[in-house]
Amino acid sequence: MNGMWKRGGFVLLFTGLWLGAMDVMAEYGLNFPDPVTRIGKDIYDVHMLTMEIATWLLAVVMVFMVYILFTFRKSKGYKADQNFHKGWFGRWSWVMVPTMVLMVDLTIAGSAQSTLERFWNAPKQFCSDEGADPDRCFDMNVKIIAHQWWWEYEFPEYGVEYDGEFYPITVESRPTDKETSGEHYLRDVDNPIVLPVGRTIRYLNTSADVLHAWWVPELGFKRDSIPGYVMETWAKIDADKTGTYRGQCAELCGTWHSKMPIVIKAVTPAEFEAWIEKKKDALLASLIEANSLKEWTLEELYTKGESAYNTKCSACHRPDGSGLPPAFPPLRGSKIVVGSIEEHIKMVLNGKDTMPAWKMLSDLEIAAIVTYERNAWGNATGDVVQPSAVKAAR
Amino acid sequence: MSSTAVETMDSAHDAHDDHGPMKGWKRWVYSTNHKDIGTMYLIFALVMLFLGGLSAMVIRMELMFPGIQLLEPDLYNNIVTNHALIMIFGAVMPAAAGLANWMIPMMIGAPDMALPRMNNLSFWILPAAATMLILSFVVPFFPGGGTQINTGWTLYPPLSIKVGMSMDFLIFAIHLLGISSVLASINIIVTIFNMRAPGMKMSQMPMFVWTWLVTAFLLILVVPVLAGGVTMLLFDRHFGTSFFDAAGGGDPVLFQHLFWFFGHPEVYVLLLPSIGVLSMVIPTFSRKPLFGYMSLVGSMIFLGTLGMVVWAHHQYTIGMSYGAVNYFMIGTILISIPVGLMKFNFIATMWRGSLTFETPMLFAVSIVIMFVFGGLTGVMLAVIPADMQYHDSMFVVAHFHYVLVPGAVLALFAGVFYWLPKWTGKMYNERLGKLFFWTNIIGFNMTFFVQHFLGLAGMPRRIIDYSVQFTEFNVISSIGAFIFGLSHLILLYIVIDTIRSKKLEKATAQVWEGAKDNGLEWDLPSPPPYHSWVEAPKLDANAKYAGS
Amino acid sequence: MSTSPDQYYIPEPSKWPIVAMLAIFSILMGSALAINGVGIGSFLIVVGFVLLGYMFFGWFGDVVEENMTGKYNSQVDDSFRQGMFWFISSEVFFFATFFGSLYYVRNISVDWLGGTGYLEATNEFITSQFVSQWPTAGPSNLGGDFALVDTWGVPAINTAILLSSGLTLTWAHWGLKKENRKQLVNGLMLTVALGIIFVIMQAVEYMHAYSTLNLTLESGIYGSTFYLLTGFHGFHVIVGALMLSAVLGRSMKGHFTEENHFAFEAAAWYWHFVDVVWLGLFILVYWM
Ligand code: HEA
Ligand code: HEA
Ligand code: HEC
Ligand code: CUA
Ligand SMILES: [Cu+2]
Repeated sequence: MNGMWKRGGFVLLFTGLWLGAMDVMAEYGLNFPDPVTRIGKDIYDVHMLTMEIATWLLAVVMVFMVYILFTFRKSKGYKADQNFHKGWFGRWSWVMVPTMVLMVDLTIAGSAQSTLERFWNAPKQFCSDEGADPDRCFDMNVKIIAHQWWWEYEFPEYGVEYDGEFYPITVESRPTDKETSGEHYLRDVDNPIVLPVGRTIRYLNTSADVLHAWWVPELGFKRDSIPGYVMETWAKIDADKTGTYRGQCAELCGTWHSKMPIVIKAVTPAEFEAWIEKKKDALLASLIEANSLKEWTLEELYTKGESAYNTKCSACHRPDGSGLPPAFPPLRGSKIVVGSIEEHIKMVLNGKDTMPAWKMLSDLEIAAIVTYERNAWGNATGDVVQPSAVKAAR
Repeated sequence: MSSTAVETMDSAHDAHDDHGPMKGWKRWVYSTNHKDIGTMYLIFALVMLFLGGLSAMVIRMELMFPGIQLLEPDLYNNIVTNHALIMIFGAVMPAAAGLANWMIPMMIGAPDMALPRMNNLSFWILPAAATMLILSFVVPFFPGGGTQINTGWTLYPPLSIKVGMSMDFLIFAIHLLGISSVLASINIIVTIFNMRAPGMKMSQMPMFVWTWLVTAFLLILVVPVLAGGVTMLLFDRHFGTSFFDAAGGGDPVLFQHLFWFFGHPEVYVLLLPSIGVLSMVIPTFSRKPLFGYMSLVGSMIFLGTLGMVVWAHHQYTIGMSYGAVNYFMIGTILISIPVGLMKFNFIATMWRGSLTFETPMLFAVSIVIMFVFGGLTGVMLAVIPADMQYHDSMFVVAHFHYVLVPGAVLALFAGVFYWLPKWTGKMYNERLGKLFFWTNIIGFNMTFFVQHFLGLAGMPRRIIDYSVQFTEFNVISSIGAFIFGLSHLILLYIVIDTIRSKKLEKATAQVWEGAKDNGLEWDLPSPPPYHSWVEAPKLDANAKYAGS
Repeated sequence: MSTSPDQYYIPEPSKWPIVAMLAIFSILMGSALAINGVGIGSFLIVVGFVLLGYMFFGWFGDVVEENMTGKYNSQVDDSFRQGMFWFISSEVFFFATFFGSLYYVRNISVDWLGGTGYLEATNEFITSQFVSQWPTAGPSNLGGDFALVDTWGVPAINTAILLSSGLTLTWAHWGLKKENRKQLVNGLMLTVALGIIFVIMQAVEYMHAYSTLNLTLESGIYGSTFYLLTGFHGFHVIVGALMLSAVLGRSMKGHFTEENHFAFEAAAWYWHFVDVVWLGLFILVYWM
């Protein structure tokens, strides 16, 4: 009785769970999501190969173990063979086993290596360059800058000139809250990055603060973002794979590591061009607005500030200004926020410890945020901070 | 340390031929006895296992459903960090060191460890280290205590540079742990080299002794590297250096290299003593000598050496040249050779044996299977293109719990059940032992098996909150974890019962039917005398003491 | 336990290990607090060092006494020797960490910043002004421009000092072997004196570097590795000199015999190890 139970237990627990789970995987799609890039497919193949080998090896071990557990039992009167290890098998198994394992190892390594060789080093040439190798070139760069806790994307080749300065298109992509994201809770952003299918893109990963990792499973790889360094990878989304791909940050980056989604909208090149044109126009308009010398009213600044605050500052200081002490101070009633305007602007411009410096924002944006902070959540100072004040503080 | 203490010490000195233990707390605090120190190690490890396990339970409770229920994000990561450090440095390593202390002198026919006073020091540093570790956890709750340690046990900068003062407590705790491990390892190496009973050749040593010899070497070589790495972290935090700061020409990834140069051999430090335990348990309950003694020794040395040079497989997603990743991938995959040989030898030991299934053997059998499974996912991780997907996902969490729990924790349980009758002189309750085994194994597999799929489907690790598509498997995993956690209460009961109960059956010197000639410890009475081999045992020059 | 020569000496229960633990604990605890400006920290450090001193006198006192009363047989002596050997091995790896880091930044990561190697894109997009070079304070030139310590000034002299201290130590060892106490004591005194001179010169060099060369801990990666390596080495020289002084004291009392002088050898090995590390430093940090 006891023995039966034991046998049943083993068989059920191990073979059953593992092999049964392969079925479940197929059914629920719990393997990797279908890859949409060549690299992703190669990686998927390597993954399936090793997984199959692993499953077979496990099955072999299981078969032996189950056989042993059934057969060589003392309760069945089996006597131990004290000389088993002295036969030819005992003498030569230390050569035979490693040789066999080595052969399997080389199979795995060989397949992995050929994939690796193909994608590990990113190409160095634009496809439009003269004499570029059509298999090892890229059409455009996308710079991925990780922040605590949002992503910034830059299209270095696209942009506008304003007063002789080149402004590349940037997309700031921040997590949305529970209500707006619905079924895509923690997997939705306000401003997805739009990428063309059928074009080879060189991704340039870097970070503004700590380590992060950019991971969209459908693309097939993840890369770490290292502050101060830039890492290249390259991939082309298949021409027929337009759609929305979701991922998230995969390297522990502090408090809201769990809330750093990535959303890619893969569109046709024509749609992409249209999108980027629109971005260009918007960028130009905002540049012109930021440089105008107009006096802004409290209401104008407050509305502008509110949306900027909610995208840029609320991750740490929370939408209601309550912060997350002790790591992040509340701004509601904060000495700096209700105190000297100059200190407040300086804090936002220059940062301190974990508080990032926001120098890259325009005077107008900072003025708006500061105005908003000084008037929201009961910080009723009534102050209106004009962009000129920010310019003076720089 | 008052002057009275000194006086008592002096009078103790005079009573030179007193062979029994000292009375009261001094027996433990002043101890130079390998068994007492071994016992303290084991008790310490058990306490830490429950502490680390409790934090695991909190992790699983938080992860049971999407949304943030119990904890704050930083607190969650703080608990994860502490869970890992407590389990690895507080539970597994001290438990293995406890077994080493108890068993190595008995197995090699020595009266005690070679350096008994230092032995005491190695142990007593641990409570100090644990104090600082726990302080690093609680300091942020005090006003002015700074932010929580939200970095995970890998302590990667720049995040770890931004953490408040609790990180400094952690850094110094790691220094203490390092000192303890290095001293203990020196002691073990010297004991094995210098204290074997006259006539015992290295090739006659029981396998457990061999595994610890290799482990001790690994520790001596890699722990100083961790100490150096966290020292550099400390300098970056407080003295303005820029080792891990690109602005000054450093590189955050340098820390990862240093950490994993320690970290990867460390996983074999956790594994090897358990391999040693299995090499004792399996022959005993197969009633047959260990298959392939020399090949086991060889594969262990091979494993230790290879294990030292493959560290960067934890960092495939950071920048490394094609040559470097290729090298690290192939090196890592080759580790399946020695480990495969070990597992093969265990299976061949059982082959044509005469098996019985007492609790230690039940564990051993299940460990062989589950560890192979964990090891195979390890090989999958080693394959760099695929690791671009697996890395930092729950798949990795599943892998390492499948190797850590069977490969370290459960094997140590097997060792405890195997030697408990020897230590206490009483047989533990076998029925309860079996009950523990089954609840344990079911709970364990339920917890971690499903995490593989979570990882493949794209759930990262170290997140407090996840998107709804991952809910079902997390619920299963959490329920499994609670079963698994509760099962440890049975273990606790069995151990206490065996020590305290007067009703249990007395154990013979040999304890297990198949234990004859499987280690010198079975030649000593159960429980053994206070000093193990005052007279060195007479050895047969051709005999194998637990070998083929 | 008994003291017969064929039995291993197992010491009685001892309070020294626990004192040692308390000492180390309060030093490290104190450091953790002091580094964060908590007042009680430095007090704890002082207490820790006092305890540490007390412990060393007590523990080694016990060992010396047991040794002198002949409780040790040659096997115990062997245990001590092997223990010291493996301890030094672990120290080797401690220094290897720092040398390895130096290698990594010099040959790998600084090159990336300068635009060669796997992460060369860094240079294209972030650090375009930066040229790979050594020494460097990094792309941001942290700590400002600095000058280097002249290899053939103090460092060369210090090399000579340490090398000759190795010779004087060997000379002392010959004295010990010949049971020539005078040569032993003189040799040791010379060695300790050379060690002290070394440390003083090093301190002067540091002051010079800080005050006139603007080479500080903050001088980017060069300053970081420079002070880390030389600093930890200097610390080891101090420890070695303390060990040798203790051995010197015991030599004066005539503790050592030709067969029985483990303490001398342990200190000597340690000193030679520190010597070899310096040679590595001289070549890799100052010279190349
Ligand atoms: C006891 C602990 C232990 C052990 C033994 C192992 C064993 C192995 N581990 Fe694991 N590992 C960890 C603990 C352990 N690991 C931990 C804690 C982490 C995560 C750390 C962190 O990030 O926090 C980790 C992470 C980890 C990674 C990094 C994943 C990532 O972060 O992206 C990798 C990658 O290569 C890896 C590989 C391996 C390999 C190849 C083995 C091999 O040793 C396995 C060898 C065994 C077998 C292969 C099975 C038996 C052999 C046969 C049946 C023969 C036939 C087999 C073949 C032909 C393949 N491990
Ligand atoms: C030896 C090492 C070891 C051991 C034994 C364990 C044991 C367990 N671990 Fe852990 N774990 C690690 C080492 C270990 N772990 C490491 C290195 C990490 C990575 C950390 C990082 O990312 O930095 C990790 C991370 C980790 C995670 C991932 C966290 C994340 O990435 O977000 C999870 C989640 O499920 C987890 C769960 C568990 C569970 C359920 C157990 C169980 O085995 C625990 C068993 C339970 C007990 C021993 C409890 C004893 C009984 C009681 C306390 C009473 C019963 C109480 C109740 C049921 C409420 N561990
Ligand atoms: C990465 C997290 C993070 C983000 C994003 C962030 N801050 Fe902060 N902020 C901090 C931290 C941490 C501090 C505390 C700094 C200190 O005192 O050391 C802080 C402090 C402040 C203070 C001073 C409050 C006080 O009482 O000390 C102000 C004002 C402030 N931030 C404004 C902003 C604005 C405006 C933004 C967005 C444009 C912003 N912060 C975005 C982390 C952040
Ligand atoms: Cu960004 Cu995790
Ligand atoms: Cu590893």
